[in-house]
Amino acid sequence: MNIISEAVVKILMILFINLTIVAYLVLVERKVSAYIQNRIGPNRVGPWGLLQPLADIIKLFFKEDIVPKAVNKFIHSLAPIISVVVAFSTFAVIPFGDKITIFGTTYKLVIADVNVGVLIILALTSLGVYGITLSGWASNNKYSLLGGLRSAAQMISYELSLGISLIGVLMMTESLRLTQIVEFQNGYILGFIPKWNIFLQPLGFIIFLVASFAETNRLPFDLPEAETELVGGYHVEYTGMKFGLFFLAEYAAMITASAFIVTIYLGGWQFPFVEYFNLSPFMLSLLQIGAFAFKVWLVLLFFIVIRWTIPRFRYDQLMNIGWKVMLPASIANVILTAFLIYFNLL
Amino acid sequence: MNEFLKKSEIKRLKNLTFLQRLYIPEILKGIRITLRQIFKPSFTIQYPEQKFIKPESFRGRPVLVEENGVERCVACGLCSRVCPALAIDVQSAETELEKERYPEIFEINMLRCIFCGFCEEVCPEEAIIMSSDYELSFTDYNSAIYGKDKLLVPIEKVQDRLDHLHRTR
Ligand code: SF4
Ligand code: SF4
Repeated sequence: MNIISEAVVKILMILFINLTIVAYLVLVERKVSAYIQNRIGPNRVGPWGLLQPLADIIKLFFKEDIVPKAVNKFIHSLAPIISVVVAFSTFAVIPFGDKITIFGTTYKLVIADVNVGVLIILALTSLGVYGITLSGWASNNKYSLLGGLRSAAQMISYELSLGISLIGVLMMTESLRLTQIVEFQNGYILGFIPKWNIFLQPLGFIIFLVASFAETNRLPFDLPEAETELVGGYHVEYTGMKFGLFFLAEYAAMITASAFIVTIYLGGWQFPFVEYFNLSPFMLSLLQIGAFAFKVWLVLLFFIVIRWTIPRFRYDQLMNIGWKVMLPASIANVILTAFLIYFNLL
Repeated sequence: MNEFLKKSEIKRLKNLTFLQRLYIPEILKGIRITLRQIFKPSFTIQYPEQKFIKPESFRGRPVLVEENGVERCVACGLCSRVCPALAIDVQSAETELEKERYPEIFEINMLRCIFCGFCEEVCPEEAIIMSSDYELSFTDYNSAIYGKDKLLVPIEKVQDRLDHLHRTR
């Protein structure tokens, strides 16, 4: 009973925090893009536009929900739900801190500390493509269908390199449990560089990062919704809150992807040199949660800046990079790591 | 394209260096440019509070010049004739004044007007000119039809525009 209630509280907290972050991530994205383009961005609703997300949500709720006649009604409504559920449920296995002791009870700061965490994340993110592909097909619109097809092709191509680039890390940590992967990154290389996987697996990190961009449909890999070619891609036929759900899913997927990157490659909640500070355990836990949040936001900002820097790939370029560059590179990374481990160099 | 340019003449960045083909340094360069932009001042004008400085040649809504209490217009109808949007309606009538004719009705449908300034250009009396007034809003069709009551503007207020016209014509 206690375990269940603990889990429910954690789930509600994570859900609430994630929804808030999504809302403000949209605002941050609009603000950052505005500054990059020498504009100001939303600044009318509340001070510095801080209430803009609220206004957006209210607007989406009051919009008419138009369902075109020719669509497959059931799948048309199911698709956004799949996207959102997948995007949010992935967060269940990501540790956002070590342990926290409140009133004598110690809680693990992860909803489900399962021993196949990495596999769960990979499985759930690959389910996400169903949301997009089904919406493209159910909309009965050629642009949507093209968007859905592109999405399917893109996800399949990049999931390969995503998975294979992870193998390097898994070989070193010898575990699929995410908390263990984070524990592994505790310590230092040569005494001063934090022993994060980004420093042990730079090639794997770059491949994983690029593949994450492709998985979350962010520019330069946003071919499924390429506005200039496909009007809006898979969500052309969606309005109101159903469109809102896709929007939510895209940003939630971004957050999950950043959290995953942070957990696997950037040391998770590890805060370097913290053992010299002599903090009380409670403060230490808070600092670690803060470090995790900080790293996630840095990766999110990186996502945003990349979006406003690099133009969209052409479809053949996308496939070329995926199959001819990323896949061989990730396999090479695996072989290299295997050799290094065999000769006890890692 | 190929008819005019031989294939060898098409300029393309071939022979990229190894670093360029790696693509990642180039991405970093791009990010640097993007990040630099963040710290540059923005061009935004915060509209209702802050208004842009209009150049002399700015064309706002057309107005009729009022001199000594009467309009200059002699109701020749040229503006109505030239107006590409068919926005102007002039009905002439006789008057005791020296100009002999005056517009009994002068209406501009501001929903039709495209602010082209042809009426100003064609008018022989400099009676209709473009003002600097651009903030118009209506709540129904009838209020968008500006009669003489709204169009007539004392000459002092539009002197700047008249001067500009004299200088540039
Ligand atoms: S500005 Fe152009 S459109 Fe407007 S009333 Fe004059 S001629 Fe017609
Ligand atoms: S405004 Fe000028 S062009 Fe138009 S009717 Fe009057 S005098 Fe003629």
